[in-house]
Amino acid sequence: MHEMSLAESVLKIVDAAAASQGFERVTEIRLEIGALSGVEIDAMRFCMDAVLRHSLAEGAGVVFEIVPGQGWCMQCGDNVEIGALYDPCPRCGSYQVQPTGGTEMRVKNLLVE
Amino acid sequence: MCTVCGCGEGEVNIEGHAHDHDHDYRLAHSHGFGLNRKRDLHFGHGPAHAHAPGLSQERMVQIEQDILGKNDEFAAANRRWFSERGIFALNLVSSPGSGKTTLLVKTIEALKNRMAVAVVEGDQQTSADADRIRATGAPAIQVNTGKGCHLDAHMVGHALERLAPAEGSLLMIENVGNLVCPAAFDLGEAHKVVILSVTEGEDKPLKYPDMFHAADLMLLSKVDLLPYLNFDVARCIAYARQINPGLQVMQLSATSGGGMTAWLDWLTEGVRTAGASLAKAAEV
Repeated sequence: MHEMSLAESVLKIVDAAAASQGFERVTEIRLEIGALSGVEIDAMRFCMDAVLRHSLAEGAGVVFEIVPGQGWCMQCGDNVEIGALYDPCPRCGSYQVQPTGGTEMRVKNLLVE
Repeated sequence: MCTVCGCGEGEVNIEGHAHDHDHDYRLAHSHGFGLNRKRDLHFGHGPAHAHAPGLSQERMVQIEQDILGKNDEFAAANRRWFSERGIFALNLVSSPGSGKTTLLVKTIEALKNRMAVAVVEGDQQTSADADRIRATGAPAIQVNTGKGCHLDAHMVGHALERLAPAEGSLLMIENVGNLVCPAAFDLGEAHKVVILSVTEGEDKPLKYPDMFHAADLMLLSKVDLLPYLNFDVARCIAYARQINPGLQVMQLSATSGGGMTAWLDWLTEGVRTAGASLAKAAEV
């Protein structure tokens, strides 16, 4: 996917927080990434490393919290866990599953000094 | 990328607009170190210099922000802009070479006596596609994303300022040919329309699920070529609905004109509904 754009957006959020909350260094960035968001974690890690260079978060650890995929199975009438958008319901095998969780891409918190 | 409004540092080029409006991104990019220095109140720099024993200078800052939050704000502004003008806006997405521009040209030719149509053309380089659209008489503006792999809502907002589509018109945004990245970027459109040509392979919905999941309508294009191909239409549609059970599907050929009526009717209905909500708002 467009991990480079995402990484640049993360840095923008960090920059804006630095301006509003007055910190100069970021030592850790914690991201919340849904399993259904389409983000490739290895690619994201690579891009974060490139984007953070020469920024206030140069060398910061990037921690990924993966949120499992959740869907609403119309056949079962219940929430089920799914690993990908195209996965069938693990209980009944139906593809009538609407994702309800695990699509998020968020900056959760920062460790700063 | 620019911190203030999201510009790609001169990469993006909107026709006739060098995109050099100066909003001091250099300043914005430097504030991490520059602005805070002036406060002159330093209690050490990190754990090694902390004065109180056991008390780290490190602290946690809660952010809880969507990574694409900025894009979503621009998209919401575009959506409001469309709604205020009764414009029916579509985001057309596909692989390169699916026939998006040809379909647009034929669509404009069929509709131009019935409604105003305007086009935003997204490509990495060249204004070739916008030139093709303008040859039909419809206003079009090219957005070159440079190295970018998708249009974002901010680029489209700037394109709208220059294109100034008419009230009650149909606006078609032809995204960069790419079945992956444009899926995540809301432009403020009413619908994403994914175009899949029958020369591409019926399993594309499974290979690129995010896009087929994000779309409301799939156009299966170039169906006049079906007699020469081993393309299983039913299987393709089944794969697409496996990803997105609510996906509407139309089969058409811009070249032969087959199936175009359903598509043109769908567009006409969308334009009518968007325009009707505007008229209703005017009455209130």
